[in-house]
Amino acid sequence: MILFLLIAILLLGGIAAAISARWNTRLPRWISLAAITLDLLLTARVSVNTAPNASNGWISEVDWNWVPSFGIHFHLAVDGLSLLMLALTFFLGIIGVLCSWSEIREKVGFFHFNLMWVLAGIASVFLAVDLFLFYFAWELMLIPMYFLIVIWGHERRVYAGTKFFLFTQCSGLLMLVAILALYFAHHQATGVYTFEYSELLGTHLGGAELPIMLGFFAAFAVKLPVVFVHTWLPDAHTEAPTAGSVILAGLMLKTGGYGLLRFVFPLFPRAGHQFTPVALTLAVIGIIYGAVMAFSQTDLKRLVAYTSVSHLGFVLLGIFSWNPLALQGAIMTMICHGLSTGALFVVVGGLQERIHTRDLDRMGGIWTVAPRLSASALFFSLASLGLPGLGDFVGEFLVLLGSYKVSIPLTAFATLGILASTFYALRMIQRAFLGPNAHSWRLPDLTPREGLMMSAMIAGLLWLGLYPQPVLKTFTPAMDHLQREAQMPGAIARR
Amino acid sequence: MDSMMTLALFPLLLTGATVLVVMLGLACKRSYAVTAGITIAGLVAAFASVCAVTPAAPQKITPLLLIDRYALFYQGLILASAAVVALLCYRYFEKHEDQREEVYLLLVLATLGCMVLVASVHFVSFLLGLEVLSVSLYGMVAYWKERGHALEAGIKYLVLASASAAFLLFGMALIYGATGDMSFSGIRDLSVSGSSAALVLPGIALAATGIGFKLGVAPFHLWTPDVYQGAPAPMTAFVATTSKVAVVALLLRFLPASSQYPPVHLVFSIIAVASMCAGNFLALRQSNVKRILAYSSIAHFGYVLVAFLAGSTMGSGAVSFYLVAYTATTLAAFGVVTLLSNSDGDADDVEDYRGLFWRRPMLASGFTAALLSLAGIPATIGFLGKFYILAAGADASAWLLMIVLVVTSVAGLFYYLRVVVTMYSPAPEAPPQEPRVSWEGILVIGVLTILLVWLGFYPDPLLRLIRAAVAISA
Repeated sequence: MILFLLIAILLLGGIAAAISARWNTRLPRWISLAAITLDLLLTARVSVNTAPNASNGWISEVDWNWVPSFGIHFHLAVDGLSLLMLALTFFLGIIGVLCSWSEIREKVGFFHFNLMWVLAGIASVFLAVDLFLFYFAWELMLIPMYFLIVIWGHERRVYAGTKFFLFTQCSGLLMLVAILALYFAHHQATGVYTFEYSELLGTHLGGAELPIMLGFFAAFAVKLPVVFVHTWLPDAHTEAPTAGSVILAGLMLKTGGYGLLRFVFPLFPRAGHQFTPVALTLAVIGIIYGAVMAFSQTDLKRLVAYTSVSHLGFVLLGIFSWNPLALQGAIMTMICHGLSTGALFVVVGGLQERIHTRDLDRMGGIWTVAPRLSASALFFSLASLGLPGLGDFVGEFLVLLGSYKVSIPLTAFATLGILASTFYALRMIQRAFLGPNAHSWRLPDLTPREGLMMSAMIAGLLWLGLYPQPVLKTFTPAMDHLQREAQMPGAIARR
Repeated sequence: MDSMMTLALFPLLLTGATVLVVMLGLACKRSYAVTAGITIAGLVAAFASVCAVTPAAPQKITPLLLIDRYALFYQGLILASAAVVALLCYRYFEKHEDQREEVYLLLVLATLGCMVLVASVHFVSFLLGLEVLSVSLYGMVAYWKERGHALEAGIKYLVLASASAAFLLFGMALIYGATGDMSFSGIRDLSVSGSSAALVLPGIALAATGIGFKLGVAPFHLWTPDVYQGAPAPMTAFVATTSKVAVVALLLRFLPASSQYPPVHLVFSIIAVASMCAGNFLALRQSNVKRILAYSSIAHFGYVLVAFLAGSTMGSGAVSFYLVAYTATTLAAFGVVTLLSNSDGDADDVEDYRGLFWRRPMLASGFTAALLSLAGIPATIGFLGKFYILAAGADASAWLLMIVLVVTSVAGLFYYLRVVVTMYSPAPEAPPQEPRVSWEGILVIGVLTILLVWLGFYPDPLLRLIRAAVAISA
């Protein structure tokens, strides 16, 4: 029931925010803030009771009949993995509301409506364990995101928004076809029509396993993004308003990684292993390509967007290495990337609000006028380049340790990506913030609201970097469960 | 004819009576409001009688008509959509200068034709229903004849519809020549390998031409954009929904299992693929909302054919569900177009909708819901319709058709989104002259929008209704 509340609060809060804007434009901000904070507290309450159900591994669940004619259930459940993703969702949701506080001045009510609904969609993606419901949520988060981009975005917003929508929708429909194929294959094998995740596990698919797996992979690959289907990402991230970029980079990309973890390997262990060499190669290409592209950008926001392609390459590498170390690394990278890149987008958004440009050539010397803003930019860049002691380092290090066991050459190339990240991160700091103040910028430094956001994210990254144990402990049982499900029959026999 | 039969005929009789009352009323005294009132009351009463007579079904009435739950389900859908069109007509034709009352006469007559179509199990009733429908449609399409495109649209429809009716008749003659039976069950029992195949297959092909024309599927779609554009907006809604629904319902009766005849199956597959491609790709370059919706309807009937080709109860269920979704959605879309139109012409340029959300949030939300439903986005009934079709396709392992459906519907998204973006763009300096929106207009759009979203979340009652309806027909 509490899980249903999490979503209902966001949906109703969104409606309330939209209506309240008639009377006062500050009201929607406070309503959204209150609703998301409430959700964060509820998530914390769920996490207190971390004793998972022994049979299926869920900490908490709701299961209602939804469309009995098709065997569709409204089934939400959390394990440690979803719990962390939910916490990240609500944390970045609060950041999203706060960073729009002064940036969004027009159509405030409708903005917050979309913000809340996109969060609701993302939260349901992390919670759904009925494949129909999962697809429903997967598509539902697109519309509000699309509106956020095309209404409040920057110059080329319509192009970017449409591209984002078409890419995700096309791959999503392929996943729908794959879900249906799985549904009928399961019916043929057992005579039961169901979309229930735990029942579909272990369905015997034979030769159809690889094509069905590819249908799922297509959807997750576009979201993650895997290189070659990533081209929507730089456009969407660059043109979206700050809150939109934070949610895109911090959360929406994670739904792709989450999907790979939750569905691809457990449902299709054989096909997953067959596909591993291709996926690992794609991951390494993505890591290096993203870093090189980031290095050559002159638009600050586009630069940060390309770093996501590189970092999420590590997530793909970790997931397809599919051993405990690599998986821990992939999950840590997902969480830390959400914080560090989200924070970088907030910094860039704050900067753009002050100097009305994202062009690196027009910046320089900002440190002299806005030291606190620049220092936080430096901190998050260092986090993003993988400085030991900060969260991203832990994640990427674990991924590399894990992938080393699978393929040494690929791991070596992936390590080059970390090297390249040093170049782009330091170049960004040097071009934008250091040097003489040639354009004679006179800027206000961080406001208390911005300072609060920055300190929260700095604290988070330090905590994840120095003492990641609680986080690792939260998702380990869930990860073990997933690994047990994805055990190949042959491997079990060998034991 | 016993009392049960009369009871089962009640919806048809009530609609027929409405035609007579409207006509006689007009002969005595012209009154726009009274005519509209009688029409809407008649349609609503007939709709109520559909619900009431369901227990009496099934009844076979002469060899011509079969009133079973299937027929009653579609009669209900037709009556409901006709009532919505009648409501939309009221303010729209109020601005028309002379002889505006006959529009209701034609509307009810066309509805009667549709109702005969969905109940027919015989070539005679098929042709009777189709012609009653077509002849009324000629008048309805060209009704506002002072406007530029109306006569063009009317004549185009007249010429092409007559030609297609000729094809259909020839097809019927060939099938009759082979089977010696004019009822649909005659062809069902016939095997394709028999000596009569030489007559039956061309017969079915010719009949399919006639049906394909009415549905506006490629390659018989050329009339669609022009007629949609030229006809008055509420009449376009009728052409797009009620008349096509009736023909699809008939097609399911006529050819319940197309896979029985492999050549026919192949031809329908080609038609489906061609319609999905033609509709979605040709719409990309349109800037007229009515033409966009016309091309989109071509594509949607391509989707419907995918479910039709899948066959079985799953397929007919998907067809029926999709038709409900399509009808509700298209009525909402044309409803918004109707409400924004004034006496100079219809609001059919995409630019007329620039910034609509900030001027008319209610109407724009309704239109958004309708467009997203047409695009098949979750939380709308259109998504479940598409889901059902894909499920039927997966059940029948029609992978090629499904892939075409997926790819073309992504192309389709592009033009729906273009209209949506326009509505949410900043308003222009000088907004176009828009009429005041009447209360019944808001009511219609509001109810349809709620229905779209509600059934998108909770389709189970409708699904059960449809399963019961198609289970008996199969």
